[in-house]
Amino acid sequence: MASDREMRLRIQGVSNIAQVTRALEAVSASKVRQAQRAVELTRPYASKAWDVLQHLSRQPARDFIHPLLKERETIDEILVILITGDRGLAGAYNSNVVRFALEEFREAPVPVRYILVGRKGRDMMARRGQNIQAEFSHLPAAPSYADVSAIGRIAVDEYLEDHVDQVYLVYTQFVNMLRQVPAKKLLLPLEMEEETERVKTYGQRTTGPEPAYIYEPSMEELIERIVPRLTALQIYQAILESLASEHAARMVAMRNATENANELVYALRLTYNKARQGAITSEILDIVGGAEALASAQEGGL
Amino acid sequence: MPIQCQIVTQDKLLFEGPADIVIAPGAEGEMGILPNHSPLLTTLDFGVLRVKYEGVEQAFVIAGGFLEVRPDVVTVLADVGERVDEIDEARARAARERAEELLKKGPPADKDEFLAIESALRRSKLRLEGARRYGRVRQRPRMAESDEES
Repeated sequence: MASDREMRLRIQGVSNIAQVTRALEAVSASKVRQAQRAVELTRPYASKAWDVLQHLSRQPARDFIHPLLKERETIDEILVILITGDRGLAGAYNSNVVRFALEEFREAPVPVRYILVGRKGRDMMARRGQNIQAEFSHLPAAPSYADVSAIGRIAVDEYLEDHVDQVYLVYTQFVNMLRQVPAKKLLLPLEMEEETERVKTYGQRTTGPEPAYIYEPSMEELIERIVPRLTALQIYQAILESLASEHAARMVAMRNATENANELVYALRLTYNKARQGAITSEILDIVGGAEALASAQEGGL
Repeated sequence: MPIQCQIVTQDKLLFEGPADIVIAPGAEGEMGILPNHSPLLTTLDFGVLRVKYEGVEQAFVIAGGFLEVRPDVVTVLADVGERVDEIDEARARAARERAEELLKKGPPADKDEFLAIESALRRSKLRLEGARRYGRVRQRPRMAESDEES
């Protein structure tokens, strides 16, 4: 049985923890919103760039498919860009996405290399002896496009130089505050999205056959420049979305921690009070007993 | 009828609104786009992009990107884009000095590093240039039409 003092210290300690986790929860809640807003802001560029690329790839006179769009016949090596957080205290966020990546690519018949974004992912993958090509950790809390465009450059270079034949992106999709799901996406060769939906949006703006475009300097050059940008942008979007997921996961984890700490404080306080009560009761009994003994002794003496 | 102009960068929508003329640093030279221009798709160079509407001119510094023209819409996808009047001149000057300093020490062995310094230098020079030439234009709108006709 712990002493009075020890119990009091313990209760104090646990309520301090509850205070810290409550503060962390509030911080994460506001960061989720920030990250979500950042994702929103990339949408205009992304949808416009897709439109242009879609348009270019639909041109009939094209006898050449850009290597970044062309599927390779044999796959000899795969590159995976895995996005995790720099910090823990986010529940199962980091281990979920790492486990997902390992499961997805365990069965791969060809060697898999990783580019790791985030310190936690790097540590976990290094411990498991995975083939790591590059790592990007300690990104700023609110990364800008310029902070992450280098990742896209590496991916595109590796692909164009034939070192790898497919590039995947593994990140955490933000479904809602309580649900974040790891996801896998083929980054290169770039897959054209389903046309139907986009054609509709096109049709609203222009009527009749699509006008003939003037291309400067040339269509090939345009594709050459737009595809790497889209690749980097997709990575950027995935990082922002993972960031939103990380903060949401941390928020939930911290809320649970606060609740647990409060429960623990309640239980500890109960035990402490009981012990204190017990001590007082036995003290009273002692005094009463002593007084009675004294009284009876005096009676006997008379 | 004015042409609708939209300028977006990877991380934000920079400008949206009507324009009488859009003057852009195209890959093959500066171009002015008036309403009903024939459809065009081009890459952009480093330079200043200007949007004029009813005699008021707004300038943006653009460091590469794409431009799509349809008869009634101009869309700019800029890699780096900034309003000229939001440029922090002191910062740009510091960036230029830093880059020049680095280049003076002799070209770095690493090619990527050299390119990074060089493009930082170009961007900072462009910012300073843009701020110097167009920074005040918005405050004193010129007479409408007069310079478009020449």
